[in-house]
Amino acid sequence: MNTIPVKQVEAGAGEYRKLTVNIFRHNPQDENSVPHMDTFEVEEADSMTLFILLNEIRENQDPTVQFDFVCRAGICGSCAMLVNGRPKLACRTLTQELPQVLNLAPLPGFELIGDLSVNTGKWMRNMSEHLETWIHNREQERDFCELEEKMEPEVADKIYELERCVECGCCIAACGTAQMRADFVGAVGINQLARFKIDPRDDRTDADFYEVLGTEEGVFGCMTLLGCDDMCPKELPLAQQIAYMRRKMALAEV
Amino acid sequence: MSAVEHAVKPSRWPAYMDIVQGATGLFLVLFMWTHMFMVSSILISKDAMYWVARMFEGEPILGKPYPALVSGFAVFILSLIVIHAFLALRRFPATARQYNTMNKHIGNLKHSDTTLWYVQVFTGFALFFMASVHLYQLIFHPSNIGPYASSDRVWSGMMWPLYLIMLFVVELHAGIGIYRLVIKWGLFLGDNPKRNRHRLHVLKWILTVFFLVLGLATLGAYMKIGYEHAHQAGERYSPSWQDPANAAHHE
Repeated sequence: MNTIPVKQVEAGAGEYRKLTVNIFRHNPQDENSVPHMDTFEVEEADSMTLFILLNEIRENQDPTVQFDFVCRAGICGSCAMLVNGRPKLACRTLTQELPQVLNLAPLPGFELIGDLSVNTGKWMRNMSEHLETWIHNREQERDFCELEEKMEPEVADKIYELERCVECGCCIAACGTAQMRADFVGAVGINQLARFKIDPRDDRTDADFYEVLGTEEGVFGCMTLLGCDDMCPKELPLAQQIAYMRRKMALAEV
Repeated sequence: MSAVEHAVKPSRWPAYMDIVQGATGLFLVLFMWTHMFMVSSILISKDAMYWVARMFEGEPILGKPYPALVSGFAVFILSLIVIHAFLALRRFPATARQYNTMNKHIGNLKHSDTTLWYVQVFTGFALFFMASVHLYQLIFHPSNIGPYASSDRVWSGMMWPLYLIMLFVVELHAGIGIYRLVIKWGLFLGDNPKRNRHRLHVLKWILTVFFLVLGLATLGAYMKIGYEHAHQAGERYSPSWQDPANAAHHE
């Protein structure tokens, strides 16, 4: 699921499109900076991703364009941005799937660092501390000489499936609820708690989960607009996880 | 419970509100669709519609019609609408900033389920008023239901513009609402949620179009009868089994 489906493009030199790329520019650190769009012309190449395109712009046209990337393989989640209004990972988006004119903007709902770069890390850490997205075990101290308890492969698979979330922030940018109400924990948060809920190593009860999720900033705030599910670059089953937690929280004894 | 315990204990209200909003919505959708089938009995014949109307007034069981039963049920439906609307209000954008954010978000995303939510907000808002007018009329004139009485209300009573707009508003709102409700609680999605969600989406539109066509045909039928009956508006229909001459004359 993490590989880019490469289509063979048959074209000779000069046959590629000239792409018009409009990039949002703003440096919030600089008092004189006015948010605006800059336009660049780039010749498309075979199997070109947005990540490659942005590097070409930075290399050959404007070294000051800010954008984030680390892994260029859809694993680190840092290159998420709005591409023609929709959140996508730049490294997993092929230019050939896009129209000739591209509008690139930073993910809405996060603190802007500059141009296309946003501080998703700060948001995610906040969410994680609020929801306590880690294993809660009553055991005081683990004896590392003892063998760990076994886990059923089916359960491990299920946990792994949800664990694939890279916290790229696309689900928050795609969520009308999160855009409208800044304190909504979003699909990323609810999915992470669903992951700990099915983990047998986590001792938390439904009542414990209800404490952090049983609010309108939590699962009951979700209006099922389904942007998260449709735009998750990792294709996580987010709508099902939210429905699952909603059912559990609706029935939870507090 | 001490004040501290009270402050620390999580509230069950968000859960109750979410459940009741969904449950009232589900009941109202199912009621509204059933209502449409009953009202459309006029497309079969005037006698069929007459029979349906008297049945809801309890005639088959109680021996004679009691229109107050209709009033009572209408009060019940109105109270469900009030509860549902009150709970749904929590979801409405409330400030200029929120509307602005939502407009931009929807314009950017071009995502049908998000856009449909906006449709649901506006149709829901319109229904506060339209459903209230319709139900007020029924609660205080429950006996004005019948092949002629309803048609006169629609045509001579100038209710058809309301009903025509309300038909579209209510069908859109109900179709989108029940689809969202099913996905919201994760029902009927089986082992292939993506595909099945798409199927539910298609099914939702089929139902909406079906009820719109049925509704338009039904409203058209009442308007036609009301138009032809305008000079005798107020006269009641007597079914053909009571008045064989009437049957020959009117059918």
